[in-house]
Amino acid sequence: MVAAWKGTRTALSGTAGTWLFVGVATLILLILLVPKAVGNPPFFFQILVYGLADGAIYALIALGYTMVYGIIELINFAHGDIFTLGAFIAIPLVGIFGFTDATPFSLGVVVVLLGVTVVTMAIDGGINILIERLAYRPLRNAPRLALLITAVGMSFVLEGAMYLWRGANNVHFPDVLPETRINLPGGASIGVKDVVVIVSAVVLVSLLNLFTDRSKLGKAMRATAQDREASQLMGININRTIAATFFIGAALAAAGGIIFGLYFNNIRFDEGFTAGLYAFTAAVFGGIGNIQGAALGGLFIGLVASFSNAYFQAALTDVWIFAILILVLVFRPTGLLGMQVPEK
Amino acid sequence: MSRRLLRTDRPMRWAQSAFKTRNGTIYTVLIVVALIFPGFADITTGGEGNHLVSTAADAGVYVLLAIGLNVVVGFAGLLDLGYAAFFAIGAYTYGMLASSQLAGSPLHMSIHLPFWLLLFVAIFVAASFGAMLGAPTLRLRGDYLAIVTLGFGEIVPRLFRFFGAGSPIGNWTGGVNGIAAIDPPKLPAFLSGPWFGTNWPIAVVAPFDFSDGNWAPMDYYWLIIILVAICIMLVTNLQNSRIGRAWMAVREDEVAAAASGINTIAVKLLAFAIGASFSGFAGCFYAAKLSLVSPENFEFVVSVTILIMVVLGGMGNIPGVILGAITVYIVQFFVLTNLPDWSVAVANAVGLGGIVPASADGSWIGLHDQVQRLNYIVFGLILVTMMVLRPQGLFPSRIREQELEKGTAEESVFDVREGVD
Repeated sequence: MVAAWKGTRTALSGTAGTWLFVGVATLILLILLVPKAVGNPPFFFQILVYGLADGAIYALIALGYTMVYGIIELINFAHGDIFTLGAFIAIPLVGIFGFTDATPFSLGVVVVLLGVTVVTMAIDGGINILIERLAYRPLRNAPRLALLITAVGMSFVLEGAMYLWRGANNVHFPDVLPETRINLPGGASIGVKDVVVIVSAVVLVSLLNLFTDRSKLGKAMRATAQDREASQLMGININRTIAATFFIGAALAAAGGIIFGLYFNNIRFDEGFTAGLYAFTAAVFGGIGNIQGAALGGLFIGLVASFSNAYFQAALTDVWIFAILILVLVFRPTGLLGMQVPEK
Repeated sequence: MSRRLLRTDRPMRWAQSAFKTRNGTIYTVLIVVALIFPGFADITTGGEGNHLVSTAADAGVYVLLAIGLNVVVGFAGLLDLGYAAFFAIGAYTYGMLASSQLAGSPLHMSIHLPFWLLLFVAIFVAASFGAMLGAPTLRLRGDYLAIVTLGFGEIVPRLFRFFGAGSPIGNWTGGVNGIAAIDPPKLPAFLSGPWFGTNWPIAVVAPFDFSDGNWAPMDYYWLIIILVAICIMLVTNLQNSRIGRAWMAVREDEVAAAASGINTIAVKLLAFAIGASFSGFAGCFYAAKLSLVSPENFEFVVSVTILIMVVLGGMGNIPGVILGAITVYIVQFFVLTNLPDWSVAVANAVGLGGIVPASADGSWIGLHDQVQRLNYIVFGLILVTMMVLRPQGLFPSRIREQELEKGTAEESVFDVREGVD
């Protein structure tokens, strides 16, 4: 049995394995979904868009997981709560401008939202830097177990802080985006909200990609991820680079939080637990440490969740997602694009 | 040999040696406290000690869980974030096989097996699930293992919730409501017979009848004390055995351990399965005592609570872990539960009564409710401050202390990135 299992795992690693992996996943999806799609195309399209929008949010969170893991090999358990915190910070900021559900959509709203997003990203990033400085940096050379336990504790601290602040009920995020739907040929339609979510996520991911590829700090981040000591010898300030990674990760998660708020209009203090686990699954699925992988994984997880909610047992959606997590970790821990990650 | 004999012939010497080491002191104090606690509870509450004794029995469940998780986290150095899943599996094993639940399932017959048999069944079932989950995943790096167990811990309660009324395969687990009216344990007549308890002119021993509301708390209390004592003996022996040394070796340096001929996978799997079996064991007792199991009792918070107990007490040190479990239990179910009332009383006493009531516009929810929300943050702060300031715990194991202070050389051989088996 063990030999057979080892064989499966060998077959699933390597480039051929990538195609096998993608092929099997696609095949399962096709078999399950084609009948549904043929049965009611407009509904199917709506679920698809919904999944993509949902997945875009998971992708934004997953980027933070993957970047932090890439650089200090920590599963930053508190990252999901950094996402929730983004929305929680944005709500009073939006409140300053007196936005309510009845606020008509205008250019002014867009400007304010962009401003709030930038401020929230900065605050949330600052908080994440503080967390790294106080809780993670002192343990950087400790056993990994200690670091992970600290991260779990930090997650509880953040959730606890938000619980103290707003209680256990859903907190309302003003619904300022227009409800307009654009009609497409064939009876399908797409909401403006969906478009906003997907487009802003794509923009942010592309910016991040550009940043890590082109900028000096991005280069420093990649170097640190590859070999911390060597990059230190090359004159890279490790602490600053790691802090920058935490800042960027949190900023993206904060943006995700605001987008979540605008899209769903309600958020709870413990939303980040499940969302964080979904996003972590996405990061692992795409190949942890890999930015494109995290983005792709996020979309995939969003689609799986949305199809499962719409067509299969909604009560089992979490089970499927966590089962994917376990199966990917067991059979292909490098994930979809993991082979592109430099060896350590 | 002769020195030993010399020691035992003078009883005071035994007492001296019990207090010679720190662990000996802790055990002695624990035994004394466990023995006098029911009497103490009765006196302090004026004969109404049943509630306190019952709470103490619940705390015993957590002590059992902490001892079990300590095998996984403390001895073998594997982080299990889904420990509550095995607890749930043990509890549901007992719940399904010792109640009328299965009468509503496609089996159409209720099964009422005795508690004493099901204790072992629960151990076996939980350990099998532990081995099934561990076998493919223990090759992964430590933090991946943590996430796999976390995923498992999230899946299990959801499945128990799903396979209730209206599931495609029928009602097995009672769904959201869980399973109620679970049988209490029964002792054979020669142990619980008429010569015990109230039928006698003087009640020397509590009647061991777990269905008698008056005596049940006391009975459960003594039962859990006995179970905990057995488990402590088992685990202490395990720690000092060949396997215990192998766990330590794997924890501290997996490469060196593998090079010394230790089958690291088998040894880790054993730790994982033994840890799971303790959890199943505790779950069985828990279901019997509560007479009710429901999916909400096994959420992630439970796993983290047990982890906090182990970390606070001192990973790897059994008496430390027991004290950690008792401390955290008291903090959670006594201090944090009563804190809102206490804070209101204090605020009124010192003349700050104005902050007690909630404001009319809802911007201030009142002191009582605000304090009630402290539990999450307190738990998080315990974990973070412990790991940053004193990772070895309050009562550390000496070996683990050094390891956590100086750090280990490098991590596992089985680096997933390289895809090496």
